[in-house]
Amino acid sequence: MGAESNTDVTVDFEVDPGSYRHWKVSYDGAIARVAMDVDPNGGLRSDYELKLNSYDLGVDIELADIVRRMRFEHPEVRVVVMTSGNDKVFCAGANIQMLGSSTHGWKVNFCKFTNETRCEIEEATEASAQVYIAACNGTTAGGGYELALACKEIYLQDDGNSAVSLPEVPLLGVLPGTGGLTRLVDKRRIRRDRADVFSTTAEGMRGKRAVQWNLVDDVFPRSKFDEKIAARCEALVADAGELASGERKGVTLGKLGVESLDNGRKYSSVEVTWDDEARTATLTIEGPTAEDVALAERGAEAMHEAGDQLWALRAYRELDDALLHLRSNHPNVGLVVVRAKGDAKRVLAHDSALVKTRDHWFVREVLLHMGRVLRRMDNTSRSFFALGDAGTAFAGNLLELALASDRFYLLDDPDNVVHVGISDLSEGALPMSTGLTRIQARLYGEADKAEALVGRRDLLGPEDADDAGLVTMLLDDIDWDDDVRIAIEERVSLSPDALTGMEQNLRFVGPETPDSKIYARLSAWQNWIFIRPNATGPEGALTLYGRPERPAFDWRRV
Amino acid sequence: MTTPTSTNVDLTSKIPNNVGLSDDPKLQRALERWLPNYLEWWNDMGPTDFADKPVYLRTAISVDRGGWANYAHVKMPDYRWGIFLTPNEQEATIKCGDDAGAPAWNDVPGEHRNALRRIIVTQADTEPASVEQQRLLGHTAPSLYDLRNLFQVNVEEGRHLWAMVYLLHKYFGRDGRDEAEELLNRRSGDEDKPRILGAFNQPCDHWLSFFAFTMFTDRDGKYQLAALAESGFDPLARTTQFMLTEEAHHLFVGETGLGRIIKRTAQLEREDPNGDVRNQGGIDFDLIQRTINYWFTYSLDLFGGEISSNASNFFASGLKGRFREDRYEDHKALTGTYNLPVVEKDKLLEKEVPLRNAMNEILRDQYIKDCERALKRWNKHIAEEGSSTVLTLPSRRFHRHQGIYADHHFNPDGELISEDEWESNKSKWVLTPADNDYLVSIMKPCYEPGKFANWIAPPSKGLDGKELDFEYVKLHD
Repeated sequence: MGAESNTDVTVDFEVDPGSYRHWKVSYDGAIARVAMDVDPNGGLRSDYELKLNSYDLGVDIELADIVRRMRFEHPEVRVVVMTSGNDKVFCAGANIQMLGSSTHGWKVNFCKFTNETRCEIEEATEASAQVYIAACNGTTAGGGYELALACKEIYLQDDGNSAVSLPEVPLLGVLPGTGGLTRLVDKRRIRRDRADVFSTTAEGMRGKRAVQWNLVDDVFPRSKFDEKIAARCEALVADAGELASGERKGVTLGKLGVESLDNGRKYSSVEVTWDDEARTATLTIEGPTAEDVALAERGAEAMHEAGDQLWALRAYRELDDALLHLRSNHPNVGLVVVRAKGDAKRVLAHDSALVKTRDHWFVREVLLHMGRVLRRMDNTSRSFFALGDAGTAFAGNLLELALASDRFYLLDDPDNVVHVGISDLSEGALPMSTGLTRIQARLYGEADKAEALVGRRDLLGPEDADDAGLVTMLLDDIDWDDDVRIAIEERVSLSPDALTGMEQNLRFVGPETPDSKIYARLSAWQNWIFIRPNATGPEGALTLYGRPERPAFDWRRV
Repeated sequence: MTTPTSTNVDLTSKIPNNVGLSDDPKLQRALERWLPNYLEWWNDMGPTDFADKPVYLRTAISVDRGGWANYAHVKMPDYRWGIFLTPNEQEATIKCGDDAGAPAWNDVPGEHRNALRRIIVTQADTEPASVEQQRLLGHTAPSLYDLRNLFQVNVEEGRHLWAMVYLLHKYFGRDGRDEAEELLNRRSGDEDKPRILGAFNQPCDHWLSFFAFTMFTDRDGKYQLAALAESGFDPLARTTQFMLTEEAHHLFVGETGLGRIIKRTAQLEREDPNGDVRNQGGIDFDLIQRTINYWFTYSLDLFGGEISSNASNFFASGLKGRFREDRYEDHKALTGTYNLPVVEKDKLLEKEVPLRNAMNEILRDQYIKDCERALKRWNKHIAEEGSSTVLTLPSRRFHRHQGIYADHHFNPDGELISEDEWESNKSKWVLTPADNDYLVSIMKPCYEPGKFANWIAPPSKGLDGKELDFEYVKLHD
């Protein structure tokens, strides 16, 4: 089976418009059109064909790139029409053959990445005033409908044939795992009994009934479809609210300069190295230099001018790529040691310059991007230990890395004082998917301590940081080496599955939001179902889909 | 508002049936609502302008021997569209798939409800579609005999719609009723509400296409019905068995219609000093060949994907069997394979497919064999008339719009060709707008009893033992 061959493929997450194989993007003033037109032979692996606009990770990597570039490179765009270049099919969802022949880990990574992209589409609509609407000009099935659900409005062609559907449960014995179930009831507020009927009806719903049930916002006849969509776009553009300030001149996201090491990847401000034997990796991020701070302090226009070379954008793009690389290409790495190097005071000055100019669209986008990368880290199923030893600067936005980590070890050495500091960015600009700040999450049971930190902008020495509740373990220089070594060795000896489950439960204290539910609830159930024999056993529905045998279920409820 | 009792009387007298309609209030209620919409559809979309003309039609009033073929002059809107199931001679069983041999289902199993509904709706959608495609043809009929055959085909397609709607009403509850409504709302060739399958949206604007349609496209219907006649859902199996008896007449109309044109073409070729058929007002062999190429291939599309998980599921679940499933020994078909050529990197390569996934292709094989038989017969006629022309069926890969060959170009021999090659040859291979213009120009109505248009030979005998000059349609009082 191909199932064991997945790991041979190294996934590269960096693409650019010149390399797209599956999407056609066109711009017309404030309106952009993103048409899915999947190349059947363009899959990441060769053991499946991407028929009928079905997708794999490679297709979604391009989509994520489109969504990100839309915000940075095309700030003039106010409405994005998500549609299909295929005459009959909007999108048939994730490719079943690909899922059927993928390892569990591949499936989970694939779903997680696609979920992150869908959330990114919603964030662009909400926070960047780039409204996505789905123009479903054909069959909209499974992941195809989930993609539409991530858009603010959904329009379906009314041709007596085109339907929206979530056939995963009845046909494949798995869940619509890209947010579909959550968005039905939480976002579109479809009654749960109707959602139940819809999600068990393989052929889905079309026409008036789809509108009545709020599965789509409206249906238009085939002959009027383009015209109606165009009119809706114009109306959305006309209704669009005030925009953030700044000249809406796009900023090109250039290629990341990455150097491949024997056991790592080196970027300009980020380096990741791995030791597959020891099952650990080290992720080092270099804070802003004095020049970086000086540039930021010159104001929004200067930062806009610097574009993708602005430290906050450059370093976080690199961090993002490093995290994705670890996730997909180094499954054996169980623990990531996180180090933020630099000067704490400088990081705070840098953050403060960003916050002052956050009304400028570009600075806002940079901050939103940082938030997304940090949430990507929250959702990464690896143990993270932040090590605050000599030379580190877990301050401001870099403190978020420590707070996103499962543990934060801090050196307490009078000869090498390590500082920790809080900036405005830690107080809401970089929220977790639960809506909490990482300080609120960390101090969820000690609200008075969290309160006491609000507005505190002085640098905290090791003991103060410990007293404030930010540090897991304060170690002096004599204990440091051994304690840290033992903690790491112990960690990597534990069951990786149990750790993933434990970490995900502990990281996300407090309330749930639709976003957090998608990762915590929907994905967790999906990942369980994916390993159950009823889905992926020899007689499971996903295994046998497209094969001559019919599935046989173990009827016992668990 | 009518009372239930009067409706009961009304309906059962109007609708000949052997399904216990008079004792089935649920079905009565459903049909009562559907009937007016159906008649409205027939008036809007059925044959134009002939509603008040008595047509010598065959009506099925019972399933007994002789009961299914009652001939009389009837006005089409008064036709009695009945509902019949072929009676079971013995305890029905599931004929194929994992549960082959188990008792058949008399009700829809919940597990297969959606799949069955989809099968039935797809089949049902073709029935009104062809009526819509053919609605204008009465104005250009080559004879009263042919005009009558057209109308017979039309009313029977209408009855087939009834038969399918009966299943939807009787067994599929509210969804079934909604689907039955939708069947009357879609329109052949309509940009916004097209019929489900491609061939049923192609224009059929002259009699050459009509005969080709009844020869090739209705023949797909025969094989689909025959496969559904093997269904484990007994009411579907019995309905389609009965429909097959009527479908046979449509195929007869198509095969003999094309055969008569071919015969006439050979005669005209001989009669003209230059062998120029068009000079004699006839239809030349090249044009006939392009017509065959066009309709045969659109009809091949109707069988569905060559490698199909739906086909596999339908067979595995016992919902749809093979043509004459009883002639096979292994009804599970779980282990065998089927080899077919697929395009890989611009080359045709043999690929082995699990048998169940190839069920569409297996049915297509039977269909092609049947078409080849008709071609052989026509070619015999041509030779008898002294012509050296030989008509052929194109390869199953040629001119396809569905399935694994649809995204590539092939010549009629089935060889992969470039898009340029296709573009520069397609007017030689399939019907062109100019062909249609010519055909429309020669198709003038011929309504005198016993007379036939110049481009078609008369049939060897009349219908129901009647002479050729019998007034099959009474156009004058």
